[in-house]
Amino acid sequence: MSDAPVIDEEELRSRVRALLEVVHPERSDYVTFRRAQFDHGLAWVHFPEGHGGFGLSPKMNQVVRDEIQKNSTVYYDDPPAGLIGIGMGAPTLLTYGPEDLKKELLPRLFTGEDIWCQMFSEPSAGSDVAGLATRAVRDGDEWVVNGQKVWTTVAHLSKWGMLVARTNPDVPKHDGLSYFLVDMEAPGVEVRPLYQITGEAEFNEVFFTDARVPHSRMLGKEGQGWRVAITTLMNERVAIGSGGPKKKGSGAISQLLKLWKERDHNSTSAAQTAVLRDRVTKSYIEAELLRLNSLRASATAKSGNPGPEGSVNKLFQAESAKRLWETAIDVLGADGLSFEAGYELRQEVGSAYDPEGRSKYQFLRSRANSIEGGTSEIMRNILGERVLGLPGEPRVDKKIAWKDVPRS
Amino acid sequence: MQSFTDEHEELRATVRQLLADHSDEQAVRVHMASDRGYDADVWAQLADQMGLAGLIIPEADGGAGFGFSELCVVAEEMGRALLCAPFLSTAVMSAGALLLCANDDAKAAHLSSIAAGEKTATLAYADTNGRWDLAGIEMTAQEKDGAWLLEGAKGWVLDGHTADLILVVARTREGLELFGVESGAAGLKREAIPALDLTRSLSRLEFTGTKAVKLSDGDQTEGLERVLALTHSALAAEQVGGAQWCLDTAVDYAKSRLQFGRPIGSYQSIKHKCADLLLDVEFAKAAAYNACFLVADCLETGEGWDEAVEYAHLAKSFCSEAFYHTAAENIQIHGGMGFTWEHPAHLYFKRAKASELLFGDAAHHREALADCLGL
Repeated sequence: MSDAPVIDEEELRSRVRALLEVVHPERSDYVTFRRAQFDHGLAWVHFPEGHGGFGLSPKMNQVVRDEIQKNSTVYYDDPPAGLIGIGMGAPTLLTYGPEDLKKELLPRLFTGEDIWCQMFSEPSAGSDVAGLATRAVRDGDEWVVNGQKVWTTVAHLSKWGMLVARTNPDVPKHDGLSYFLVDMEAPGVEVRPLYQITGEAEFNEVFFTDARVPHSRMLGKEGQGWRVAITTLMNERVAIGSGGPKKKGSGAISQLLKLWKERDHNSTSAAQTAVLRDRVTKSYIEAELLRLNSLRASATAKSGNPGPEGSVNKLFQAESAKRLWETAIDVLGADGLSFEAGYELRQEVGSAYDPEGRSKYQFLRSRANSIEGGTSEIMRNILGERVLGLPGEPRVDKKIAWKDVPRS
Repeated sequence: MQSFTDEHEELRATVRQLLADHSDEQAVRVHMASDRGYDADVWAQLADQMGLAGLIIPEADGGAGFGFSELCVVAEEMGRALLCAPFLSTAVMSAGALLLCANDDAKAAHLSSIAAGEKTATLAYADTNGRWDLAGIEMTAQEKDGAWLLEGAKGWVLDGHTADLILVVARTREGLELFGVESGAAGLKREAIPALDLTRSLSRLEFTGTKAVKLSDGDQTEGLERVLALTHSALAAEQVGGAQWCLDTAVDYAKSRLQFGRPIGSYQSIKHKCADLLLDVEFAKAAAYNACFLVADCLETGEGWDEAVEYAHLAKSFCSEAFYHTAAENIQIHGGMGFTWEHPAHLYFKRAKASELLFGDAAHHREALADCLGL
C-alpha cells in the first residue's frame, strides 16, 4: 500500500471526470453507469480497491457525488429498495464474506440488480433478538433452515437475505448463532406480506421450510453470527443517524399547525378550544426541542465532548410523535371518524411517509415509532444503564444453554 | 445553536467551587432561615470579587462586561447549589430593566453601584392581582408639584424587603414606565411573605403616596417584554441546574439503595423513571441554553428580540415542568427518606414548584408562545 499514489480530493475529482468520459449518466442507463462507477472504484470510495473503492475516508464519497452532479444533470442515486443492502449488507459482506462472494455480489448490489433484505427479528424474538429460534442444521456442504422471520422490509423484492439462525442450541444464546446469505428464490423460502394497522404492508414475513443454504454462503465462522449481526446493526445506526437538522416548524409539526389553522374554532366551546391549543403548542415545543437538541448535539460533538444529547433523541422523538398525531386527530374532531384512504390491503414499496394531508394515516402509523428500531422500554434501559450507569436486571438467560431458556 | 466554550466551562468550574465553599447544604439551611434570606457576606463576595452582580452590565457602566451566555452558566450553577442570594432580582431583573428601559441619568445613577455589589435592587412589576403579563399592571404613578407619587401594591417581589433600590413599573399617561424608590422612602410598606420556597425571599410592597424618581422617558412596554425574556431565560437556566442536581441525586441513590437484595436502580420501574428524568434534563438544557444564547445575541447587537421573547416563553414553560418533574420524582425514588426535613430533596421540590409558578406557570407561557406563533 505504501507505493500506492495518495488520492486527495483533487485526484478523486479527476478520476470521477475520467469515469464520466467513458460513461455518462445522461447517455447511459442506470445499471451500465453504476457498474462502470463500481469498476472505477467510485461506488463507495472507503471500500478497498477491487471492491468498488480506494480505501479512502467515508467522507470522500460526498466528493464523488458532488463531482458527478456538477458534470451531469442526471444523477443515479442508490435505489430506494436497495438501501438495506447497500447501507448494511455491503459492509457486512466486505468484513466477513469470502473473497469470491464479494467479487460476485458487491457489484450487483451497487447496480441494484440484486436487492437484499435483513432477517433477524422473529415472532418470538423482538427486543431479545439474540434469543431467536430459527434453526440451521448442517447436512454435508449445506445447512437446512427451518423457522420464521418477521418485519422483513423488501423481502418480496430481494434476491439475497441476511439471515441469522441458530446453529447450536446447547450453548448460551449469543454463542450459538451463525450468519448466512440466503438465496430468497431458493425452494423452501416463502415470503408473505405482513399487513399492519394502516392496511399497508411495508414489511413481510419469511417462512423457511427445509430451505438449503450452501456452507460457502456463511459470513464469518460458525457460532460467530452475533458478532456479524452487530456489524450489520452498527451500519443501520450510521445509515439512520445521517439525517441533518431540519428547519424550524418543518416536518410533522407543520401538518399539525396547518390543521390547527384550518380548524373551525367555533365548533367547540372556548374552553375546549383553549385546551386543544395548549396541546398543539406542547407538540410544537417538543418538535422545536428535538431540532434544537440535534443542533446542540452536533455543536458539542464538534468541540470534542460528545454527551448524552444524541442518545436521548430516539426516545423523545418516538413518544412525542405519538402525542403529536393524537393531538392532530383530536384537532380534526368529528372529521377524525372518517378514514378516506380506506383499509384496502396493499403492499407498499419503500416508505409511505407523506406529511401532507395524511394525519389519520400518521395517527395509526406512529404507534410503531416506539416499537421499531428499539422499543421505548429498551431505549430507557439503554439510557439508564449506559448513560446513567444504573445496574442491569439480574439475567436468567446469560449463562445457560439456549434450549433451556423459557420461551413464549 | 452555539455551544459553550472552554472559557464558559472554566467559569462554571470556578463558580461551582465557590458555591461548594460558601453555599453547601448546611449554609443554605442557615441562610434560608435568616431574616434577610441570604448571607450578605457571601453575596458581597460573589458580587464584588467575582463580578457576578454586574455580569451583563457593560464595562463602561462599571460592570464585568460579560454576556448573557456567561450569566446562563452562573444561573445554572446557582440553581444547582440552591444558592440564597439576590442574583435574579439584582443582576438579572434590575440590571436588565436599567439597561433596557432606563434613561442615561438613571443608568449613571445606579448601574455602577449595582455592579460593584454596593447595593441590591429588585424589579417590582406584577401587581397583587395574580397576573404576570404586562397588560395586567394597574398601578399608576401621578405627577404632583413636580414629583412622582406611587399608589398601589406590588406582589411577589423578589427580595423586596431587603433591596436597597426598588424599581417599580407603573402606568402613566405615556404607558408603562419605570420608577425608582429608595428602601427607606416614606409611604413604602415592605412585608416579607412566608414563602413556599424558603430559598427565595418574596415580599409584598405597598405604596401610599410614595415619592419615586421616574427613570424612563416614555412607554417601556417593549423594553419590559425584553426584560421579562431575560428573566425567563435566566430562570430557565437556574431550573436546569436544579433539575440536574435532582437527576444526579436520584441516580446516585438508585445505585446505592438496596432492597430485595439488589440496587433499586436495577429495577426497571426506577431505571425507567431515571431515563425519563434524563430526557427532562437534556431537553431542558436545549431549551434554556438556546434561549440564553438568543438573549446574549440581542444584548450584543440590539436585534432579534422577537425571537428571543418567543424562545424565552418556550424555555420557561418547558424547564418549569422539567424541574418540577425531576424534583418530584427525586422524592419518590428516595422513598421515605425523601419526605424528611433532614434530606435536601424537599428544598429542591419547593424551589421547583415556586419557580414554576413565579412569573407565570407553564401553561401561561405556552399561551404566550402560541400568541407569538399566531396559533
